[in-house]
Amino acid sequence: MEKIFQKLSLASATLVFVILLGIFFTLFNSSKLAIDEFGFDFITNPDWNKEVVIDSSSIIENESDEIIDEDEILFDEDDEEAETSTIYGGLVPIVGTLLTTLIALTFALPIAMGIAVFLAEIAPQNISHVVGVAIELLAAIPSIIFGMWGLYYFAPIVADIVGGYQVSLLTAGLVLGVMILPFMAAITRDSMNTTPGVLKESAYALGATKFEVIKDIIFPYSRTGIIGSIILALGRALGETMAVAFLIGSIFVLPTAINSPTISIPVAMANNFGEASGVGESALFYLALILFIISFAVISIAKFYFLKKAN
Amino acid sequence: MRLLVNKIFLVLSVLSAMIGLAFLAWILITLFIKGLGSFHFKLFLNDLIDGGLRNLIVGQFILAGLAAFIGIPLGMAAGIYIQEYGRGKYANLIRDLSDIMMSAPSIVIGAFVYAVIVVPTGGTSGFAGAIALAIMMIPVVINTTDNMLSLVPRELREAGIALGASKYRVILDIVIKAAKVGIMTGILLAFARIIGETAPLLFTSETSNYFSLDLTESFPSLTVSIYDLANEPEESSRDLAWAASFILTLLVLVINLTGRFFTRNKD
Amino acid sequence: MNIMHLKKFSFTYPGVEHPSVRSITLPIVKNKITALIGPSGCGKSTLLRSMNRIHDVYPGNKYDGKIELLDTKSGKKNNILEIQKENELIKLRQQVGMIFQKPTPFPMSIFDNVAYGLKIAGLKNKSELADRVEQALKDGALWKEVHDRLGKSAMGLSGGQQQRLCIARAVAVKPEVLLFDEPTSALDPISTGAIEELLVELKKDISIAIVTHNMQQASRISDYTAFMYLGDLVEYDKTETIFLNPAEKKTEDYITGRFG
Repeated sequence: MEKIFQKLSLASATLVFVILLGIFFTLFNSSKLAIDEFGFDFITNPDWNKEVVIDSSSIIENESDEIIDEDEILFDEDDEEAETSTIYGGLVPIVGTLLTTLIALTFALPIAMGIAVFLAEIAPQNISHVVGVAIELLAAIPSIIFGMWGLYYFAPIVADIVGGYQVSLLTAGLVLGVMILPFMAAITRDSMNTTPGVLKESAYALGATKFEVIKDIIFPYSRTGIIGSIILALGRALGETMAVAFLIGSIFVLPTAINSPTISIPVAMANNFGEASGVGESALFYLALILFIISFAVISIAKFYFLKKAN
Repeated sequence: MRLLVNKIFLVLSVLSAMIGLAFLAWILITLFIKGLGSFHFKLFLNDLIDGGLRNLIVGQFILAGLAAFIGIPLGMAAGIYIQEYGRGKYANLIRDLSDIMMSAPSIVIGAFVYAVIVVPTGGTSGFAGAIALAIMMIPVVINTTDNMLSLVPRELREAGIALGASKYRVILDIVIKAAKVGIMTGILLAFARIIGETAPLLFTSETSNYFSLDLTESFPSLTVSIYDLANEPEESSRDLAWAASFILTLLVLVINLTGRFFTRNKD
Repeated sequence: MNIMHLKKFSFTYPGVEHPSVRSITLPIVKNKITALIGPSGCGKSTLLRSMNRIHDVYPGNKYDGKIELLDTKSGKKNNILEIQKENELIKLRQQVGMIFQKPTPFPMSIFDNVAYGLKIAGLKNKSELADRVEQALKDGALWKEVHDRLGKSAMGLSGGQQQRLCIARAVAVKPEVLLFDEPTSALDPISTGAIEELLVELKKDISIAIVTHNMQQASRISDYTAFMYLGDLVEYDKTETIFLNPAEKKTEDYITGRFG
């Protein structure tokens, strides 16, 4: 019985390993078609789902770098259908993913730090507890709800202030920021709370103000934890789908300004997976692979370099 | 001067907290107003095909429930392995991998399940969706089990062994019991999290307008339908999406608060 | 008669180069209390914990020498260090019980706590369990205080009561030997006194080895005393001799408080 129990628990633990490897493998496998076809150029090519003519010397009109209507058929000199193939390039969603995350981080960072300071050092015990729970409830709200609220209430206000479209890089980034806010605040607060009381007391005893104690003692002490929380929040923001799907605009166009609509990797996947097939589907998997690798790397860095827990 | 800087800083900090709370309040109030505005009891009696939410609510519960049924035992067993049986490197590796999976993009998990289940079985299914949710739940359960078990003092384990109990008896009868409350809270919070997920279900179980208990076909999902409804042009669809959002949020927050309530009592 | 006998016993912790306990030869006399005393780090707890092989919970340690346990039914002396199989280790622990420094009540009712060792040994008969639990609680001097709330959680008991519960729990399986690892150091003086009285009563049926850093306690209740220093057994003798007329200078220095 003991042996059975031991083996079962080992098997369950190994399952985690297997699933992770499985994800890597599967993504790689499913994107092979796209990788073979487009290689690393995929990362720098902004054209998604664009038909290009293979043999450009024999077409009559249309340059090969114009976006061609799907139903339009090209004819060459001999009036035969020109051979076209569809190319996919992931630059736009990759850029969109990175930029929305950057905006989210910039927006959320000061507010999250402020909240963490409030919870850890300023608020009395009972208020800190209640506000802390409220912040954690904010974190518990499903992302699709953020999408709904963001689209119909938050984005119009932002668009009024900044001008431009309601669905854009900016609005998506800001709502994403509200989403990662509680997460960053909670981990930062926990990091700050690891500062030994005696250290703080020595500083106060020297006549330091609260601001000085936070700036000179607590922040440096918990610096690695704070940076870790930021990077971890970044890792989470990269993979966020639903809220961004409502707000980013979902078009494969590089943003020309901060308030132009564009697309991110998760949104590209969410919108196109249903109808995609062949190379198109493989290209989506390629995007997924890229996202997975980036997330994995970012989260690992946060975990292993900054958030070492003494277990 | 120093005091002025200090004062400004404190004010900014309190302001940030208020901003955070303001966002929470804004979202909740919005949901309340828009949701209640479209609320009527028929929502619970009709299925989506008739303008209600019954099949979606039931469906979401079934998906999350099945995911929990799969994910909780697997997660707890793995957590037990890491904390109680694990020996150094391998256990730490699993712990780290599980931690990383906790923050992994949910849509990638959906794509994974799509490739390994939906494609070979020839179509979307409730099973696939439940499995995607289970994959998301397992690392969270592992994390909470591992942490709660680590809080149990080692003398308690030794006392069990000293009486002649075998290791698995000590774990089941004594250690898990001692960590019971914390683990239950963690599981409830994990459940609250997956019941609100959309991305993993988008192309694994999709959704359905009809009431269904058939897990081999597309399965009704509250979250996926909110997305669909919000994208429809009709005002009535949007209103329904708000009502659904209100109900979903209520659900998630109630489960969340219930979980916290358990640990509050322990203090 | 010796119920246990350590012979040239050494113990090395995993990953450590030198033994923490070196070549100890020490008898544990039947139905008597043997105290292990010495300054912090001398190895007395390490030695005690070898006697029920609880060290094995943390794999990788090294045993040398012998620890013999007398089988009272057959008269044979078995070296407990040779035990490899899980079920034999379990049997050992049913014969050699242990009480820890921190009271360790299980998260269950008082009744279930005391019955635990019996249940895992296979006793299922409800009335027999009830009788054994009652007897154990009486032996543990706790019956009067808890007889009307056996179903209540053990966590509600005071520290001293919890420790007596642990003793009752250990006694219920009717072991030959009970090992006590500083059982009263976490308790108030009144509870300490109650438990010391209890130990003296228990030795009628059970042989006791007790680690204590409280010399007065050792001189109060023990029949034999072993003084250890830095992993070695410096002196072993009748308690009166150790305290009134020690043979070794080191023993005398420790007893008189020249070093702690």
